[in-house]
Amino acid sequence: MTDSSQTALVKDEAALVTEAKAGSYPAFEELVNRYEKKIYRLGLNITGSPEDAEDVLQETFLKAFQHLPDFREDSRFYTWLVRIGVNEGLMKLRRRRADKTVPIEDQVDEEGGVMPREFTDWKPNPEQLLAQTEMKSILDAAAQSLPPTFRTVFFLRDVEGLSTTETADLLDLTESAVKARLFRARLQLRENLSKIFKRG
Amino acid sequence: MTVIGCKEVMQELSNFLDGDIDESLKTDLRSHLTRCQHCQVVIDTTRKTIELYCDGELFPLPTPVRDRLHEVLRRKCQSKS
Repeated sequence: MTDSSQTALVKDEAALVTEAKAGSYPAFEELVNRYEKKIYRLGLNITGSPEDAEDVLQETFLKAFQHLPDFREDSRFYTWLVRIGVNEGLMKLRRRRADKTVPIEDQVDEEGGVMPREFTDWKPNPEQLLAQTEMKSILDAAAQSLPPTFRTVFFLRDVEGLSTTETADLLDLTESAVKARLFRARLQLRENLSKIFKRG
Repeated sequence: MTVIGCKEVMQELSNFLDGDIDESLKTDLRSHLTRCQHCQVVIDTTRKTIELYCDGELFPLPTPVRDRLHEVLRRKCQSKS
């Protein structure tokens, strides 16, 4: 296949957004194809439930289609989509906790105060020691032990690759609050996984 | 060069991993890591933690979930386009 034919196949995202905004369902479907895996993973990571993640996935793309005319294209389409997905995911958590007193927003001492306790190095290549399902369940359990906004900040920054500014804007937090939560989340996950993967 | 301690390293851990610190602090931090096994382990295993979560193979989109998504979208969106 020549470079030009590959370029023709990989249609420019801005062009797809323009076509979708003009009412082209095939263009919208192409955008769905590009981001469905990421949005499902986002829903799974925020809610920790495959059923809720499927709802988040469907609601995100339905709302995206509905509000596409309002998308001003001053941010990446993916960031706009993630904003909808995060709101849907956090709404799921709020509904789930509606009859409990657990707050969705976590209080955090932004000055830090968290210090690591595990200093033993890990066994090499832990991902090769366990079956994929076992590894997934270990990572899920560690992630779900974090407060929701810590978890969400971690996944947006470290897994989805959003910037501190984009994450702050999306979650309505200050950039220093994003950094504090990311630091806590990374350390806490490391502590949890160290108990499982450490040598000896 | 300034000699920094473990507490300063931990305070800068996230910024160091993100490459978001100035060169002189980076040099001080690297110098500390050559002497401190504990901080080296914390940095290495935090980096590994992030790598494990970035493995896309662990969070696949199941085919039935994808099929249901496209069915719902076709039903609710295609008629409006």
